[in-house]
Amino acid sequence: MAKATDVKLIDEFGRRHDGRLPEEMRPVSMRINVLDNADGSALVEFGRTRVLAAVYGPREPVQRFMILPDRALLRVRYHMAPFSTAERKSPAPSRREIELSKVIREAFEDIILVKYFPRTAIDIFIEVLQADGGTRTAAVTAASLALANAGIPMKALVAGIAVGKIEGVLVLDVDEVEDGVGEADMPVAAAPDIGKITLFQLNGVLTREEVEKGLDMALEAIKKLVELEKQTLVEEYVTTEEV
Amino acid sequence: MSEEAKTRKLVVPGERLPDEVELKEPYVVEVEGARVATVMGVLDLHGEKPSFIPLQTVYVPKPGDVVIGMIQSIGVMNWQVDINSPYVAVLNAQDFLGRPYNPLTDDLSQYLNIGDYVKAKVVAFDRSRSPILTVQDKGLGKITEGKIVEIQAAKIPRVIGKKRSMITMLQEELGCDIFAAVNGRIHIKCADSERESILVLAIKMIEREAHTVGLTARVQEYIQELKKVKGVE
Repeated sequence: MAKATDVKLIDEFGRRHDGRLPEEMRPVSMRINVLDNADGSALVEFGRTRVLAAVYGPREPVQRFMILPDRALLRVRYHMAPFSTAERKSPAPSRREIELSKVIREAFEDIILVKYFPRTAIDIFIEVLQADGGTRTAAVTAASLALANAGIPMKALVAGIAVGKIEGVLVLDVDEVEDGVGEADMPVAAAPDIGKITLFQLNGVLTREEVEKGLDMALEAIKKLVELEKQTLVEEYVTTEEV
Repeated sequence: MSEEAKTRKLVVPGERLPDEVELKEPYVVEVEGARVATVMGVLDLHGEKPSFIPLQTVYVPKPGDVVIGMIQSIGVMNWQVDINSPYVAVLNAQDFLGRPYNPLTDDLSQYLNIGDYVKAKVVAFDRSRSPILTVQDKGLGKITEGKIVEIQAAKIPRVIGKKRSMITMLQEELGCDIFAAVNGRIHIKCADSERESILVLAIKMIEREAHTVGLTARVQEYIQELKKVKGVE
């Protein structure tokens, strides 16, 4: 792998390797209702990163011993397709995928109103079709859209984005190249409508000031992403007829 | 855009609603003192009080609901019934037969087999056990004729309409018997298959366009057009 010293990721004009400014996101696209068999589904793209989410439920869990008497069971499976990376990824769930499934589940535990559906299960399946950095935050965004599409009651829409540090500069929405050689990577997911951060991780070293500035950058971007989610959901209905 | 359309607004999960909107858990909840929509829906500012109509709901059984269930599996003393809900309902053999039942001499599949539909009433559901059904009331029991159309449970009120306007129009146009159960299943009985297929198409149109304004008139127009095409008087 290339070291930070031999690759120049920010040029003399302050632009990143793909021409973006430090506070610029990759082009984002969102679609819902992409799968017929799921109760709700979404396909989200952040540049070359492409993530599919499918939501089922609330439904009776097949493994009845898993039933919770007071709330719905939330299950999340984050999985990277074998063809999603440059080098084949084994389809078996890796340590990283199990961890990400857990953090994504926790990002929604306080958002989905599970207490209204005791003894049921809500399943979120996330399949990374193409990985180019920021898959967990794209996964959270896709899952949020798919949940709304499935009609599962939730307090607010959630979106995620990562902030990284490359060559001493804080940058928004890091991709694979920047993640590989950068000094830090800080994925954040939040529900701006209720002012809650639901996922916060940091890999690498950042100063206290950098964390604060990075968080502000991420939250600002998340607000825009949630707006885009709302637009995507509304458009699905408006295409039929005027309201 | 009509006057009525101007007072209706599509709402997404997490959006704040006016404080006058009634709490309708889990679709309208209170989050930090504010009314919040939790699913996609329509905010109707028309009329005295603003109201929120969810576009997607999950059917949770309530005692007293009349539902249309499909037999999912047969147990020793009861049937497990799919009522289009996360909870599978139970119909006891003794209740259905109206007499004591002995599993050694009686075969339950003779009365209701897998895939059969029943119209039944929810008698008990306390969230710790499965909903219990009964057929011991007028008009309840096995459905032997007609067709079942399944739509999203949230769209049933639209199929019925304000003061039953939609369902009355459908009955008058096609002369069919229509029973819309709260769990999203509609039992239809028509004189012939032509009318039946027109009715199914109309119900599907209502499901698709439930959030739009002036739907009853548009559905009526659609039915009249189909009647002309199919040569139904």
